[in-house]
Amino acid sequence: MKRFALIIFFIPAFIRAQEPTGKEILERIDKNMAYKSAITTSKMVIHGSRQTRTIEAKTWGIGDEKAFTEYLAPAREKGTKMLKLEDQLWIYSPGSDRTIQISGHMLRQSLMGSDLSYEDMMDNNEMIEDYHATVIGSEVFEERDCWIVELQAKTAEVNYQIRKIWVDKIRYIPLKEELFAKSGKLLKRMELSNITKIDNRWFPKKMIFKDMLKRGDGTEFIIESIQFNVNIPEYIFSKASLKK
Amino acid sequence: MMLSIKLAYRNLVGAGLRTWLNVFVLSFVYVLIIWHYGVIDGWNYQAKKDMREWEVGNGQYWQQNYDPYDYFTLEESHAIIPESFNIGITGGNIAPVLINQGSVYPDGRIKSMILKGIDPDQKVIALPTAALKAESEEMPVIMGRRMAKSCKLKEGDVTTIRWRDVNGTFDAKEVEVVDIFDCDVPNVDAGQIWLSIEDLREMMQAPGEATLLILGEESEIKEDIPGWEYKDLDFLMSEMDEMIKIKRIGGGFLYLVLIILAMLAIFDTQVLSIFRRQKEIGTYIAMGMTRNQVVSLFTVEGAMHAILAVIVGAVYGIPFFLWQMKVGFSMPAGTDDMGLAIAETIFPVYGIGLILVTVLLVLIITTIVSYMPARKISKMNPTEAIKGKIQ
Repeated sequence: MKRFALIIFFIPAFIRAQEPTGKEILERIDKNMAYKSAITTSKMVIHGSRQTRTIEAKTWGIGDEKAFTEYLAPAREKGTKMLKLEDQLWIYSPGSDRTIQISGHMLRQSLMGSDLSYEDMMDNNEMIEDYHATVIGSEVFEERDCWIVELQAKTAEVNYQIRKIWVDKIRYIPLKEELFAKSGKLLKRMELSNITKIDNRWFPKKMIFKDMLKRGDGTEFIIESIQFNVNIPEYIFSKASLKK
Repeated sequence: MMLSIKLAYRNLVGAGLRTWLNVFVLSFVYVLIIWHYGVIDGWNYQAKKDMREWEVGNGQYWQQNYDPYDYFTLEESHAIIPESFNIGITGGNIAPVLINQGSVYPDGRIKSMILKGIDPDQKVIALPTAALKAESEEMPVIMGRRMAKSCKLKEGDVTTIRWRDVNGTFDAKEVEVVDIFDCDVPNVDAGQIWLSIEDLREMMQAPGEATLLILGEESEIKEDIPGWEYKDLDFLMSEMDEMIKIKRIGGGFLYLVLIILAMLAIFDTQVLSIFRRQKEIGTYIAMGMTRNQVVSLFTVEGAMHAILAVIVGAVYGIPFFLWQMKVGFSMPAGTDDMGLAIAETIFPVYGIGLILVTVLLVLIITTIVSYMPARKISKMNPTEAIKGKIQ
């Protein structure tokens, strides 16, 4: 009886020991989501208040630092190219045959009318570097058992001071993320779905971004194909390739 | 000379409709030039008065990185206000303004805007900042008519604003529009939301900081202070001055065309007079007038068109000018969206200098144009002229 009581006493501690810490969860997420390089073909479906637009693009990326995107459709956007090098962003417009650097207040503008701003694209840092992560509970989301992890910024220089992510307990992939203002107001929500196993990792092939202050049904980001860890020539990430 | 004037007047009046037609055209040129320059001067006067009252005060100090034409500088263009300004600020002679970029979400639409913080108790500029002291559950803000129109907001509406503090962190808040002011200076209206400077300092995490300082009438500091550059009224209004200059030059071309047309009529009349009145010219010379006297007679006759035009122009022009001064000239809709200080109605200002210069200018040109065909008289043979032979 005494032994039984001891077991009962230790069970919660044992269960707690099985519960990963916030940091461990973030590390497991990074294993799925982070990559050295990738070539992606994607569709962005922008649900505006009046109409829905679909933009197709091909992106070459190295980590979070370098990305080169060429828009393929519709005809109006075809040929538009975007180059991101760390915290700098350039856009080439074939109509005007000009390359402009997006900075200052222009970064706050919407990307092609979507719920993403240019500065959302510029968010380079890994969450584990910027945030203290705490598991605050668990919840079933989209029929998947999830950890709810709250992220509190380590420093005052982080764009979003508070984030909340719902992480699939089995696959360690975020299924929902909410970004909050310093005041606690919900600013953006992301929902990730169509989780697919690619090259031994789980990866979401569909993401829905919603600017919670804006009207509309958000922007869908659908990955049609993705190749991880491919060799991408360095010349692609140059301003000269914008005009090619 | 008196004889020339008397004769010229009689001949002119005797010519009847032809004279009055020329006189009317010339008078129209007078009235149009004076009126248009009056409108430009009125605009200039009103715009500068409005700019001083609503925007620039009696000069400004800018934080050294501030460039109103480059929003990229805004993140770096705020600093702690130097102590030397403290007396002016507490005495109500200086109004600090803190500026930041942000977004407003009226009815779920995103719109970039500039947040400007100012002391609600300031009296340096005419902005109705006292409204910022209104009791409100949300943060009170004021905005101009143009901004309210573009955001489709009205008094009492609550909307969300989003901004980044000095560290770049996003923040958002609900604000209530407690007042919508109507002013003719787009620089304090278009794309801007005004709120209490203390609220904005807290939002930006920039205590005691400002981007620019607006000086009141009694402010005496007029030199650069480390980190802050003094901008005088000439500098602050240079854009307006340039625009007025361009408008004046643009108007000048129109008047040149009008004057050329009027002068063509005068020239034509003079040529016709000399051709048709050869017998008269011959008689004048035969009766003892020198050729120069006859030339001056015809020149005075031509020039007298301009003098009569002054009288005729005054008859209908003065009531028209007075009426315009009273009711003003309504600018076309949308003119104030051009970014310049333009009142909906401009009240012309007619300076005595403007009137004198216009009258003198037209008189001199008319005299020259009248003299040119009259020179032919000096080469005429009086005997042939009396006979009426064409020379």
